Amino acid sequence: MSMFPISASDLRFVPNGHAVLQGLDLTLGGEGISVVLGPNGAGKSVLLRILCGLLVPSGGQLRWGVQQDCPAGVAMVFQQPIMLRAAVIENAALGLIPLGVGRAERQASAWAMLERVGLADRAKDSARQLSGGERQRLALARAWLTRPRLLLLDEPTASLDPSGAEMVERIIREIRTEGCKIVMTTHNLGQATRLADDVVFMANGRVREHVPVGEFFRRPASEEARLFIQGELPWQMAF
Amino acid sequence: MSIGGIGAAFSEALSLIAAFDHQVLEIALLSLQVSGLAVAIGLLIGLPAGACLAVGRFPGKQTLAIVANGFMGLPSVVVGVVVYLLLSRSGPFGELGLLYTPTAMVIAQVVLVVPLMAAISRQVVEDAWREYAEEFAAMRFNWRQSVRTLLYDCRYSLFVAVLAGLGRAMSEVGAVMIVGGNIDRSTRVMTTSIALETSKGDLPLAIALGLVLIALILLLNGLAFSVRNWAMRRFD
Ligand SMILES: Nc1ncnc2c1ncn2[C@@H]1O[C@H](COP(=O)(O)OP(=O)(O)OP(=O)(O)O)[C@@H](O)[C@H]1O
Ligand SMILES: [Mg+2]
Repeated sequence: MSMFPISASDLRFVPNGHAVLQGLDLTLGGEGISVVLGPNGAGKSVLLRILCGLLVPSGGQLRWGVQQDCPAGVAMVFQQPIMLRAAVIENAALGLIPLGVGRAERQASAWAMLERVGLADRAKDSARQLSGGERQRLALARAWLTRPRLLLLDEPTASLDPSGAEMVERIIREIRTEGCKIVMTTHNLGQATRLADDVVFMANGRVREHVPVGEFFRRPASEEARLFIQGELPWQMAF
Repeated sequence: MSIGGIGAAFSEALSLIAAFDHQVLEIALLSLQVSGLAVAIGLLIGLPAGACLAVGRFPGKQTLAIVANGFMGLPSVVVGVVVYLLLSRSGPFGELGLLYTPTAMVIAQVVLVVPLMAAISRQVVEDAWREYAEEFAAMRFNWRQSVRTLLYDCRYSLFVAVLAGLGRAMSEVGAVMIVGGNIDRSTRVMTTSIALETSKGDLPLAIALGLVLIALILLLNGLAFSVRNWAMRRFD
C-alpha cells in the first residue's frame, strides 16, 4: 500500500495557543526532491516532524496515501543528529534495530553503507568525535540504511563548508536515484536550485507556493516569495 | 591502650598482610565473593529497572522513582532485620534453611544495592533519554529497544555506579551481621570480623582486615575514575 500522495489540507498546529501552522495545504507525490523554503519560524521543521509522525497536528487532515497514521518507511534526519556514545559503525546500524535485523547482518549492511558515504575508514572511531560534515553523512547513512520510502531532511547542510555540503548533496542525489522520495528544508537557495524538483514555499504557517523549481525562481507568484528570494540572494539584484 | 600498643598492633597487622595470612585472605575472599555476587545480581535487576523508570510512561512512575531514591540510603541493619524475618525458621522462607549462610548474606546485600543501582541508572538513563527521545521515535524504537540501547549508551557511567554499589556492599556491616551471624569459617566477612576482633581485643587482625578493606575500596574508586576518564576521552 503506497503512502503517496501525502496530502495535507487545512493542517493546523497550535501548541498552547501559538499558531505555528494555520491552515496548511500540501500534496506530495512519491517522486523526486521537494525542497521546503521559507523564513525562520515559518514552520518548516514542524511540518517535517508532523510528516514523520513525531508531532500531532491540532486540526485539519493528513493522509499518507489512504492511511491516517504515519506508516512504516519514513525516516528523518534532524538538523543536529544525535549519536550514541559508540563507534561510527554502531551508529550507522542503529536504525535497523526496530526492523528486527540480527546483529551480524546489521553490521554488514552498515559497513556497505559507510563505504557509500565515504566513512568506511572512520568506522571504528567514536561517532561523537566526527566533524559536522562527517556526522551529517553518518546521519544520512543511518537513515538510508533503513531503505525508507520517504526521507525527511531538516537543513542537512546547515553549518557545513562548501565541500562538506557538496558531499552531502551528492549523497542526497544518490538516495533520490534509488527511488526514495525526499522532502528537505534548506536556507541555501543555490542548493535548492541544484537539488529540488519542486519547491514548497512557506510563510506564516501556510504553503504559499508549490511549483517546479525553475518556475519558483524565475516567476515567484507571491510578493513574499519575491522578497524572500531577493533577501536571500542580494547579488541577484545586480543581474 | 597506649600509643606504643597501637603501634605494635599496626606493625603486627602489616606483617599479617605481608605474610598473606591465611585467615585474612579467607575472610577477604568471602567478602569479595558475597558482595561481588550480590552486586552482579543487583545490577541485573537494578539497572534495567532504573532504565524502565526513566523511559516508561505508566502510573506510579514518579512514586517508584522517589522510593528508589529514598531506599538508596536504606540503613543496612533494617535490611538485615527484614531479611532475617523472611528467612528465620518461622518466616515465609524459613524452610529453605538459609539463615546464617553466605546465601542469606548475598540476599540481604542484593536488597541493599538494588535501589542504589536503580536510582543511579534512572538518573543517568533519563538524561540520555532526553537527548535521544526524538531520534528513537523517528526510528520507531519500542520501549524495550530504547531501554536496551540507552543502557548500552550509558554503559561506562553505569559501570561506575556498579563499582559504587560494590563499595557499599563490602563496607556495610549491619545486614551481613544479622543474617550471616558472623560464624567462623562460614559467614565471617571483613566488616563483621573487624567488629568482632576489635571487641575481643585482637587488634592486629582487625587492623589488617581494615587496611585490606580500605585498599579494596580505594582500588574500586581508582578503577571507576580511570574507566570514566578513558570513556570520556574515547567517546565524548
Ligand atoms: N515541538 C514543538 N512544540 C511547540 N512549538 C514548536 C515545536 N517546534 C517548534 N515550535 C514552534 O513553531 C514555530 C516554527 O518553528 P520551526 O522550527 O518549524 O521553524 P522553521 O521554519 O524550521 O525555522 P528555521 O528556518 O529557523 O529552522 C516556532 O515558533 C517554534 O517555537
Ligand atoms: Mg527549522
